[in-house]
Amino acid sequence: MEDKTPNPARGHIDDTASPDALAIRVRGLVNRFGDQLVHDHLDLDVRRGEILGIVGGSGTGKSVLMHSILGLRTPNAGEIEVLGVDARSTAPADRLAIERHTGVLFQDGALFSSLTVGENAEVPLKEHHPELCEDLRYELALLKVKLSGLPADAMDKLPSQLSGGMRKRAGLARALALDPPLLFLDEPTAGLDPIGAAAFDELILALREALGLTVFIITHDLDTLYAICDRVAVLADKKVIINAPLAEVEQCQQPWVQEYFHGPRARAAQDAATGERRMIKD
Amino acid sequence: MQLQRARPAADFSPDTGELRLSGDWTLANAREVMRDVAAFPADIRHVDARCVGSMDSFGVLQLQRFAYDRGLKREHFHLRDEHMTLVRAILDVPPDRPASKRDYGFHAALGRLGYAMVDNWKEIVALASFLGENLVKLGRVIRHPSRLRVTSVVYHMEQVGLDAVPLVLLLTYLVGAVLAFLGANILEDFGATIFVVELVNIAFLREFAVLLTAILLAGRTASAFTAQIGAMVSREEVDAIRTLGLDPIDLLVIPRLIALLLMLPLLTFLAMIAGLLGGLTVGAFSLDIPPQAYMARMEQTIEFEDFLVGMSKAPIFALVIGLIGCLEGLQVKGTAQSVGERTTSSVVQTISLVIIIDALAAIWFMQMGW
Repeated sequence: MEDKTPNPARGHIDDTASPDALAIRVRGLVNRFGDQLVHDHLDLDVRRGEILGIVGGSGTGKSVLMHSILGLRTPNAGEIEVLGVDARSTAPADRLAIERHTGVLFQDGALFSSLTVGENAEVPLKEHHPELCEDLRYELALLKVKLSGLPADAMDKLPSQLSGGMRKRAGLARALALDPPLLFLDEPTAGLDPIGAAAFDELILALREALGLTVFIITHDLDTLYAICDRVAVLADKKVIINAPLAEVEQCQQPWVQEYFHGPRARAAQDAATGERRMIKD
Repeated sequence: MQLQRARPAADFSPDTGELRLSGDWTLANAREVMRDVAAFPADIRHVDARCVGSMDSFGVLQLQRFAYDRGLKREHFHLRDEHMTLVRAILDVPPDRPASKRDYGFHAALGRLGYAMVDNWKEIVALASFLGENLVKLGRVIRHPSRLRVTSVVYHMEQVGLDAVPLVLLLTYLVGAVLAFLGANILEDFGATIFVVELVNIAFLREFAVLLTAILLAGRTASAFTAQIGAMVSREEVDAIRTLGLDPIDLLVIPRLIALLLMLPLLTFLAMIAGLLGGLTVGAFSLDIPPQAYMARMEQTIEFEDFLVGMSKAPIFALVIGLIGCLEGLQVKGTAQSVGERTTSSVVQTISLVIIIDALAAIWFMQMGW
């Protein structure tokens, strides 16, 4: 798996480019299920090092977009580049490059239920880095589990013995196992209580800071959007209608966006977030 | 993860005791990093990592372990500012470790055996109390027939009984034929081929018809009951039934039990006929016993008592299948995996229990001379 000579042509991820380079670049993406068109020439840019929130009503194809970017679904048309690699390529070297450099947290963690949390976090290490000795692999997994905010005792627990919030953290530990520069989160705070959700938001921020992550978050949680997202992309009418910092998105005249960002819950989240920022500044 | 992964390297200048690191100290270079760290010279006083290109948590962890081994302190390391956030985050992690690793050894195996024994005992107690509860509620239904869910009973009679008819007929017919063949092979040596008729009669009326039907229904119906009720439990439907003031036993278990109690004897009867027909077919086609002779012999030797012995077991098996199927379903806990486990367990339990009860019954009937 370890290629001996660096081969720039294929399967390598360019990290030396300018800091405002794109982590993900989607152009003209078309996704169709039978007669139903989900994405119609959708464009999306995700910049290096930013936290991008993806919002949109149910059925606007947020998950389909994520699956297309990850190569779990072959789109009907369009170009997708992940860290400079063509995501639609089926060449093993390209696939491997994407797999090694992305971490994904699925909605309910998607932990392997027959393995302990520690073993779950070790799976990607075992697969991609067989040269690591058992001791070191355990150490790395333990580090990721603790960085994800779980106590060390959680290492030997099975996913069924964990609460929903802990399962998400364990899923995050597995997603971070290979130190990927790009992290995908599918509804990370759904089903968590407000305290747990806020803690999770803070965790993402802290990890972005420490590991220099680019984070792609699908979320419905207004608090998450206000608290941690640098930019927000809104999916509507089969396209990304706006991809900008929140202040700009709020001004968008599209009816769904208006309703979403100016409803009573949005105002509450906005107030909470400004309060929080003030506290952080002080 | 650079375009050209820079190999990690370490330069040591013996006069200052300074180790200068460069290249990428990342997981992608794990092999080189580990080799370098192992080859670090002994008398290091300072580590200068300011030329390191990129560093991830693997690299930091390696340096941390190295520092711990050599007794070096934080101030002996010079790092680039952009690496400091990561280093600080990792150093902030509390150093505690899980109390004990998951134990796969002999003691754990012994422990699991103990737990399994206790669980089995609990299972037996649960089944017995479930039987009692159901008998009481069955009695109540008999006293107040208006409580009976007729539609549900009929629906399950179709699912459990009618839909299983072709399968039961086919399989028992084939077993009847096989039995006749086997018997004929031995009996031919004694010139007693005609006794095949008695063999098939007795075997099917007393044992095989009811046993085969019960085993088939254990696989087909007990699993279905567990999966249906289990799915309802995991989606909290059963809790909803309770909060609406209804009784899940009345609603879910009793109709299934009554359907099985009615249909298993009927299916057994069909299975007996199919088995006898299997014997008759083999007799006619390969043992040179014409059907008329076979039927005549059957009429002379068939015992009504054998039929009763076989039939008397049908309701007991029906109870076993229905009770275990429903009980396992009600014991499902939350997850989809639990539904699968319970379904397997219900099939295994019903088949084992059916065979055990059949064996005990055979001994009892023999002792009684029936």
